[in-house]
Amino acid sequence: MTVAQERALVIGASLAGLRGAESLRRAGFTGPVTIVGAEPHAPYDRPPLSKHVLTGEVPADATTLPNLTALDADWRLGVAATTLDRHNRVVGLATGEALAYDRLLIATGTRAREWPDAAQGRLAGVFTLRNRDDAAALRRALTAGPSRVLVVGGGFIGCEVAASCRALGLPVTLVETGPTPLARVLGQNLGAVVAAMHEGLGVVIRSGTKVERLEDDGSGHVTGARLDDGSTVAASVVVVALGAVRNTEWLAGSGLSFDTDGVDCDANGHAVDADGRPDPRIAAAGDVARFPHPLYDGRRVALEHWGHAVAQAEHAGRLLAGTRPGAAYAELPAFWSSQGGITIKSVGLTEGADGLVIAQGDPKQGRFLAVYGRAGRCIAAVSFDCARWLPAYAEQIRAGSPFPPIRGATDQGALTILSPGFPEQRRPEVSR
Amino acid sequence: MPDHRSDQAGLQPEPAPARAARPLRVSVDLNRCQAYAQCCYAAPDHFVLHGREALYYDPAPDAAARLEIERARIACPVQAIHVEDAGSHGR
Amino acid sequence: MSDVTLFAQVKDPENRPNPYPLYAKLRDTPVSHQDDGTQDGIWVASTHAAISSLLHDPRISSETLPAADRPRTGNPFIDWVVKPIRDRITDTHRPFIFRDPPDHDTLRAAVMHEFTRERVRGLRGRADTLVEDILAKHCNARDIDIVSDLAYPLPVTVICELLGVPADDEPKFHDWATQLATALEPDTLTDDALRAENSRTFDAISDYMSGLIAQKRKAPKDDMLSGLAAGKAPGVPAMGTYDLIATSILMLVAGHETTVNLITNGMLALLRNPHELQRLRDDPARAPRLIEELLRYDPPVQFRNRTTLAEIGIAGTTIPKGVSVVLLLASGNRDPAAFSDPERFDPDRSDNRHLGFGGSLHYCVGAPLARFEAEAALVALARRLNNPRLIADPPPYRPGSALRGPKHLRLSIDGLTG
Repeated sequence: MTVAQERALVIGASLAGLRGAESLRRAGFTGPVTIVGAEPHAPYDRPPLSKHVLTGEVPADATTLPNLTALDADWRLGVAATTLDRHNRVVGLATGEALAYDRLLIATGTRAREWPDAAQGRLAGVFTLRNRDDAAALRRALTAGPSRVLVVGGGFIGCEVAASCRALGLPVTLVETGPTPLARVLGQNLGAVVAAMHEGLGVVIRSGTKVERLEDDGSGHVTGARLDDGSTVAASVVVVALGAVRNTEWLAGSGLSFDTDGVDCDANGHAVDADGRPDPRIAAAGDVARFPHPLYDGRRVALEHWGHAVAQAEHAGRLLAGTRPGAAYAELPAFWSSQGGITIKSVGLTEGADGLVIAQGDPKQGRFLAVYGRAGRCIAAVSFDCARWLPAYAEQIRAGSPFPPIRGATDQGALTILSPGFPEQRRPEVSR
Repeated sequence: MPDHRSDQAGLQPEPAPARAARPLRVSVDLNRCQAYAQCCYAAPDHFVLHGREALYYDPAPDAAARLEIERARIACPVQAIHVEDAGSHGR
Repeated sequence: MSDVTLFAQVKDPENRPNPYPLYAKLRDTPVSHQDDGTQDGIWVASTHAAISSLLHDPRISSETLPAADRPRTGNPFIDWVVKPIRDRITDTHRPFIFRDPPDHDTLRAAVMHEFTRERVRGLRGRADTLVEDILAKHCNARDIDIVSDLAYPLPVTVICELLGVPADDEPKFHDWATQLATALEPDTLTDDALRAENSRTFDAISDYMSGLIAQKRKAPKDDMLSGLAAGKAPGVPAMGTYDLIATSILMLVAGHETTVNLITNGMLALLRNPHELQRLRDDPARAPRLIEELLRYDPPVQFRNRTTLAEIGIAGTTIPKGVSVVLLLASGNRDPAAFSDPERFDPDRSDNRHLGFGGSLHYCVGAPLARFEAEAALVALARRLNNPRLIADPPPYRPGSALRGPKHLRLSIDGLTG
């Protein structure tokens, strides 16, 4: 139990910040809690932004997250944290103010990776998608009837945006440098299934191709892109979906260990300094937190998963409230994505997989479950419209069961071990 | 839409307005959701299944739908639906 | 271990009024091997975790034995409901409750496509009227049997309206449903006359349904049977006549007895917890959470049988391949590891992940119907019964241990209000 005069500070007012603050309270923290958010909005839910907000089924400003418990907190929204002074236990804000803390939760998340050429990136009609305001702006552009939407990047956001545009009946081209969409996360074997799915929706897929430059009409509006094969794509809306950058710059000078891929934590979730010593007053959670995952040999990962933001924030909240960590944070990574009416769900991490089996169903029927193995153990499973079987495979992954998994399952073909087909150069597992 | 939009830095969220018109807030843990579709029968105007497993839900249903939304929340076999009622946004 | 296994005691009609103490003992071993008189015995999963895990395990099958190897099993549901259905309409047309993917998924998708939110909403709007019509016959009564006077007629009417059975033919369905329910009584195991009568009932329904389906094909109406016959579900072939018959009978059998028990168990729980009865009377909006709690506390379907397609390691034991597994849903619902204070009837509990409708692939299709039928019935009973008193507690039970519920629930009342 904490003494009443201790102050808690939560930096980041999105999903992890909100759930972390609630968890602090639930765990019995009675001192003042202040939540600081760079955006002017109360915490909102991001998954609808690339789906129902773009299709117009949900207004961007209707995505405010529900509180799970009554939350007694002081909100400082629309102001970014700029410095952390651990010696004096103070966080500096963009307004010049300084907020003192006894307990600090770092939950500053990520931002969209910008188009590398700043001038091209500023052209009218060029969008990134991370925030609620981004989604509202892109939605407005889509309702204006663009001649074609060019999506740059075939990750989950790019794929979801492309599917949403097709739901609106807009012509879409998706350019992906890898061999298929989602190849970095799923490998090109399943990536090809995704590509076929999108082609079925009417998306023009240009895999293995790179956008060299965005072109404009001379008066500041984008007109399309030139690709590295010399061809061009005419488009009046371009969505740059090149992944995310972690918001860690404000930690410069704090002595904590961080880089653009996250702030480092120990197994419990405490932030660590450059020498690996945990700061017992500070925890991190959500997209920004890089931690050793016990299910993956302690490999350091930072996960951009909705469920992870909730679970790790709840863990961090308890930790900061003074509850003894029962065990290291070991939540099995899990995410979902829906694209064109198909739901893809995954448990575990595919990184390093050396084998893939179709465990149930049939990709040709659009409904199947695939399992990834590494060195003879199950490490991840992905379902396409097959979610009710996923918990069984999650158990196998948690237990490190031999790969291939579960034999004799219903609706199971020959368990042929395939190559997942990951591209040669994989970045560390920093995104979903 | 009574969100907390503001151009001013450091603004506190507005207190929940007394009028009943403030929408509810709903989110669904779609990791947990297994598309049992019980919410779609309980509150058909606010939950829809697209395809086999893609759940669309209204994150800000009108306060008048409170009973239906509550039915949906209660009926969910995996208890994946979170609802915050108007006025319960504690501060 | 005593000579009589715990599961044999569960099946013993003596224990029908309150099997829950037996379930508590079974939960000492989450997955246990029990002698049930068969050569291999039977495996019983009794904890919430074990049941949930097995429900989601792809090595668990709902397929029953092929037609050629079907001796009487001793399970009345199999012998007197399942077998006659299958004997009549051949093995390839078994209803999807007894099928695995991919066949199961195809048949169920066709049904779900027609089990639309609009249809369910329409029926939900009718439920209060149906209940009032039924209760109107008992306005001046001094006693009422919840089973025969309300719980029995309601579900048949709802299913007939859903399928599109003309109102004039509905009385036939009431008779058939009553006859099919007798098929669940173990007495009938040794009663060839009753078995013959059940076969005739299936013949009668099948003949009637073939005729009705032909009619719906010729002149489709806005009902489920017309929709199923037209087969408009994307990517799913239209059902043939035999599949349609099997599906219709499944809906009648599976949707009837269970709903009767939900309503009756509900009234019993309310009478045993008069405080909750009063709260429901004062605030009918409490009904949805009350019904979820009922589905946890005293569910109509106490357990379901499955078979294993492969060896399954679970909860420190290994279930062999090819054996029968009982998923003791009602026991999982009382598991203290999943529910706080599980023996207490508490509609206000949070995170009620009960197993009352099963789970995973075979989650009860009719769950939305069960919910609104029980709601309409219990709200009306709470409001209209004057000073209801149980005549017998416990009430007499029907013999079934899987589909479990009172045979009668007689109440003394001082008339009906309103």
